[in-house]
Amino acid sequence: MLKQLRIFILIIILTLIAGFIAAPDRVPINLSYKNFSYNQEFVKPELNFNFLGKPVTTNWQLKKGLDIQGGIQVVLQADMSEIEEVDRVQAIESAQEIIRRRVDLYGINEPLVQTSINGDDYRIIIELAGVTNSSEALQLVGQTAQLDFRLQDQDKAQDPEATQSALFFFGTFEETGLTGKQLKRTSVQFDPQTNEPVISLEFDSEGTKLFADITKEHNGEVLAIFIDGFPVTTPIIQTTILKGIAQISGGFTVDEAKQLNIQLSAGALPVPIEVLEQRTIGASLGQESVAASVKAGVAGILLVMLFMILYYGFKGFLASLALVVYSILTFAIYKVMGVTLTLPGVAGLIISIGMAVDANILIFERMKEELRAGKQHAQALELGFGRSWDSIKDANLATIMTALVLINPLNFNFLNTSGLVRGFGLTLLIGVLISLFTGVVVTRNFLRLFLGK
Amino acid sequence: MNIMRHKNIYFAISLFFLIPGIFFLLRFGLKPSIDFTGGSLLEIQGEGLSDNKVKIAELVGDTYEISLVQSSGDDQIIIRGKTISNETKDEVVAKLVEEYGEIEEKRFETVGPTLGKELLMKTITAIIIVSVLITIYVWKQFNEIRFGVSAILAMFHDSLILLGIFSILGYVYNVEVDVLFVTALLTTLSFSVHDTIVVFDRIRELRRRNPKLSTEGVVNIAVLETLSRSINNSLTIIIMLLALVLIGGESIKWFSVALLIGAITGTYSSTFTAAPLLLLWEEIAKKRNK
Repeated sequence: MLKQLRIFILIIILTLIAGFIAAPDRVPINLSYKNFSYNQEFVKPELNFNFLGKPVTTNWQLKKGLDIQGGIQVVLQADMSEIEEVDRVQAIESAQEIIRRRVDLYGINEPLVQTSINGDDYRIIIELAGVTNSSEALQLVGQTAQLDFRLQDQDKAQDPEATQSALFFFGTFEETGLTGKQLKRTSVQFDPQTNEPVISLEFDSEGTKLFADITKEHNGEVLAIFIDGFPVTTPIIQTTILKGIAQISGGFTVDEAKQLNIQLSAGALPVPIEVLEQRTIGASLGQESVAASVKAGVAGILLVMLFMILYYGFKGFLASLALVVYSILTFAIYKVMGVTLTLPGVAGLIISIGMAVDANILIFERMKEELRAGKQHAQALELGFGRSWDSIKDANLATIMTALVLINPLNFNFLNTSGLVRGFGLTLLIGVLISLFTGVVVTRNFLRLFLGK
Repeated sequence: MNIMRHKNIYFAISLFFLIPGIFFLLRFGLKPSIDFTGGSLLEIQGEGLSDNKVKIAELVGDTYEISLVQSSGDDQIIIRGKTISNETKDEVVAKLVEEYGEIEEKRFETVGPTLGKELLMKTITAIIIVSVLITIYVWKQFNEIRFGVSAILAMFHDSLILLGIFSILGYVYNVEVDVLFVTALLTTLSFSVHDTIVVFDRIRELRRRNPKLSTEGVVNIAVLETLSRSINNSLTIIIMLLALVLIGGESIKWFSVALLIGAITGTYSSTFTAAPLLLLWEEIAKKRNK
């Protein structure tokens, strides 16, 4: 009995912690009755503490999928016909990097820019939450990167304003006619003397000539490389280079050099891209659906609880309590794991609530049988649990397998990678796993404690 | 009570639902969404849109090859057609704004045809993987071919009913089959074996404890003993899904309907298809032996 009490207290503590995580940040309460009114907004305190030496912050947010908060999803196909096979992976990564840069500059919250390579198909998948102006967004992501080399005007650079205003600073550079077109390849190499990473640029014949002219006449000046009108690096010409192979050194770390190389090669390996798929969802559509789904979920839970109580009496009431624990735990886990909630995901959650009492029903029916067979109450309880466990486990395994195929956790190319399908699979899987815990462990504890004797 | 005696009635009920569905499937097939075929979909809201569907189709028909214009709520329509670019979509919307005033773009989707084909392959692969996994699992679980085969036949029974009903819905209400439908189909497969496994588990357990009982007797007791659990459990899932279908909003309505059908037929088939099939197998085997 003492052991049961201890488990019970643990369950309560767990639920309280989960409840704290699951609760929304702000809960406004507005009550008014005749001439009495009560308006107060409760703000959840944010806790910051160290756990096992790692900083933990309690600011967990529920992530909403594109179909809920509105936004744009674009799948771009890169045309690799002009790019040599060895360079293709680098080319797609560069295109990805450039798009990410533009999206970041545009100030979009948590953008997703992924590449997907499948056989000869090189694709970029972009998700921009909260953006619904599709023309603007497509312009942002659909353009090929423009790289060019610009020389800094010595006089203008002296102007004190150049150090204060970014726009003025950009204006101190003048185009040279040398662009990404004349750049053949870029790569990260190591200086044999200093062993420092450097970036090597290789020009074609036209570029070699232009570059030789520039370096001859402007020795000691800054020759910046601009992408999409922004400078990414501003090296100084050290010597005249006639052979069309240049090096940028600048005390980079290996990572910095790699990063810069990826950006530069977007200019050297420009890939034309076309839109394969585009989905734009206005914000209102998803919000209406979520509100309706939440209503449906709440109505459903209440009905299920009512059913359990009417059919199984006090046991059903305990199972309903376990269902509350289940709902709170599930919600908290969504937040902690960073599950992106989509509309099908909400459906998965709602079904899983219906399934969560399955284990309870199996057990209660078994108990009834054992009681009918003349067993004592406590004994029937234990037998009911014991005998049901096999069925519960076997039956749920099929659902778990299906959910895993839907989630496709290993990112197999031959399986679906759609966010909607994954969202459903994930909430279903989490639901089944937690329901095994609440349906078996929590309910058993409640029953032993309140009905055990 | 011997409920297994009426197994022919149960098969008849199944056929009653299966035959029209199969007929429609063969005659009209399913209506695939743009997810699979490629194409575009534009959902817009604005005054007077729902009442002028034919006029709208004519108005924008020269730039946009339209296949269907349907209402999707108050003053809200969905236009479906061939794959179009974002610019063409903007033109179409501009034209409509000129005619009907302010319009809100709720949703615009356009999918290239190659991507549709790929997705079709992916979903077929997923269906095969799930079926094979479940088959192997049931097989291993019961170690006897008749259990495995009966469970899988029941699973096919459920899938066929779901597919058949959606074929009819597609014919009557233009309901489309999209990625989410396939997801519902896969979930139905797992619902289906979920209950079947519980019934079969009980049959196995009873047989171990009462080796002298006839197979029919064992199956009968097992079904009776699990019936209320089966019904109660499905009832809770059905309550949740019904709530979702009735008040859960438009976006995932047909997905919820598909899941609901799956949950209902999954429950029915475990008791009234899988278990009777098991018996039928036994009877045929006995006759052969004679």
